[in-house]
Amino acid sequence: MPAEATPAIELRGLTKRYGPLTAVDRLDLTISAGETFALLGPNGAGKTTTIECCEGYRTPDEGTVRVLGRDPRRDARWLRPRVGLMLQEGGVYPMARPPEVLRLFAAFHAAPLAPDELLARVGLEDARRTRVRDLSGGQRQRLSLALALVGRPEVLFLDEPTAGLDPAARRRTWEHVRELEAEGVTIVLTTHLLDEAEQLADRVAIIDQGRLVALGTPDELTHGQGREVAFSARPGLDRAALAAAVGAPVDEPRPGRYVIHAENSPRLVARLAAWLEQHDVVLGELQAGKRSLEDVFLRLTDETDQTREPAA
Amino acid sequence: MSPSVRGSGPDTAADHTGPAGGLAAGAAPLADVDRRTPTARANLAQAAMEVRLLVRSGESLVVTLGIPLGLLAFFSVVDVLPTGDERAVDFLLPGVLAISVAATGLVAVAIQTAFERKYGVLKRLGGTPLTRTGFLVAKGLAVGMIVLVQFVLAVGLALGALGWRPAGGWLAAPLLVVLGAVTFTALGLLLAGTLRAEATLALSNALFLVLLLVSGVTFAVDPLPGVVAAFGQALPLGALGTALRAAFAGEGLAVGPTAVVAAWGAAAIVLSARRFRWEP
Repeated sequence: MPAEATPAIELRGLTKRYGPLTAVDRLDLTISAGETFALLGPNGAGKTTTIECCEGYRTPDEGTVRVLGRDPRRDARWLRPRVGLMLQEGGVYPMARPPEVLRLFAAFHAAPLAPDELLARVGLEDARRTRVRDLSGGQRQRLSLALALVGRPEVLFLDEPTAGLDPAARRRTWEHVRELEAEGVTIVLTTHLLDEAEQLADRVAIIDQGRLVALGTPDELTHGQGREVAFSARPGLDRAALAAAVGAPVDEPRPGRYVIHAENSPRLVARLAAWLEQHDVVLGELQAGKRSLEDVFLRLTDETDQTREPAA
Repeated sequence: MSPSVRGSGPDTAADHTGPAGGLAAGAAPLADVDRRTPTARANLAQAAMEVRLLVRSGESLVVTLGIPLGLLAFFSVVDVLPTGDERAVDFLLPGVLAISVAATGLVAVAIQTAFERKYGVLKRLGGTPLTRTGFLVAKGLAVGMIVLVQFVLAVGLALGALGWRPAGGWLAAPLLVVLGAVTFTALGLLLAGTLRAEATLALSNALFLVLLLVSGVTFAVDPLPGVVAAFGQALPLGALGTALRAAFAGEGLAVGPTAVVAAWGAAAIVLSARRFRWEP
């Protein structure tokens, strides 16, 4: 089999249940080698379960998972030296110091990165003497990242890599992810941050209640799926009146956020502006042609909420 | 281990060689990285970490070294315990060795491992090339190191300062210590892998205390009710103490007590293998 034919990760009908709860529901995904892929979804959507099936921590109830063409549980010994991972919980000895843990993990690999250099690169030079339990949240995340990288993985799983980080630390982590991408590492990350997915990922899968609800590049997701003009203003506008004025249906997917389902045109924008003036409404944001990933995300996850949950 | 040769893995790095300044700057391209796991190095590094963490924890040092050696020194010098007809140190030393082993396996290792599980350390290690076997080998090596230090210090103290002169047992006693270490470590891991960390902490200390009281290791069981004494001898600490006492008295390997220790160990290993949970 030619090497380029093997996807880095392949999920076919992946299903995982915890008792009555279906955490992941018939998920199909194919992730190419060298791709940076984001699993995006609200808390409890099944992101971590999906990634832990890929890491070999969970056995699927149905369906198959292949990482570098192998089964994560059966071929764990082959995969472990090739896969780096970052757990949400961290999982580092609280009483150890960063260089000790990094050297330990380096000893598990034949050709690891130099621990001291790696420590400096992730910015933990000043924390060499600090016990892990005394590190800040951001420092711990960076140590976890370094531990994931020390074996020079071909595939990297990052579960919420920037959770709890301040914006500056988040940007530094993004820089690291981009460097790794440039080196050809396949990266799968979970996030509930839309800008993170948009900034980092070649492709994004939006998952809600265990199901794939959208898949594509950030551009595809924000451009595709019909033409529309979106704007923000104070909540509770008279949508029927507005729809009549602009000649197209109007939705309010969440309070203060409006979507006009019509092709973007100078006439439409003029009518909208006129209506806003008549009703003395201050425009917040106007978006035509391209939706934010946030809109896509909220729309898709709202829809599934409405179809599955009885009205509260 | 698996001397895996790169084969079907995709050649991801071939056309993506990173720019200078990346996280792996200067290192070989990803596709050329040696992926064979250095098993011996991995297991030894893990064992060294285990020892370092056991020694670094003050509580664990008190339990593994402070209590046994303190008991030995104090009661050898201050002859207040009912030790039967023997000299205090002759009675105490075998018991102290048994206590040392129990303190390491049942208390120190149990508590350390329980919190490693709670903090996700075991789960995280499970995601590395370190195998479960390697992890257990490392725990075993760490326990072996601690027990060796305990043995040398206790025997050295008894021989050097307390006038202890055993009649024999230089082959049987080390074997019994190893058997005891395996048994108590397996019991400790069984607690750590099945209970919450806080429950393990409480239970291992409580069990240790109960074992100390009913096992006849620090004082002869004569003052205890017969049922309690018999119960104590059916427990691994009492049996190990009795077997060690027989060994140092030059009576060789006492089959009954040795079998009791081994049976506890076997049961703990079987149960651990089935019930141990690696995740928090």
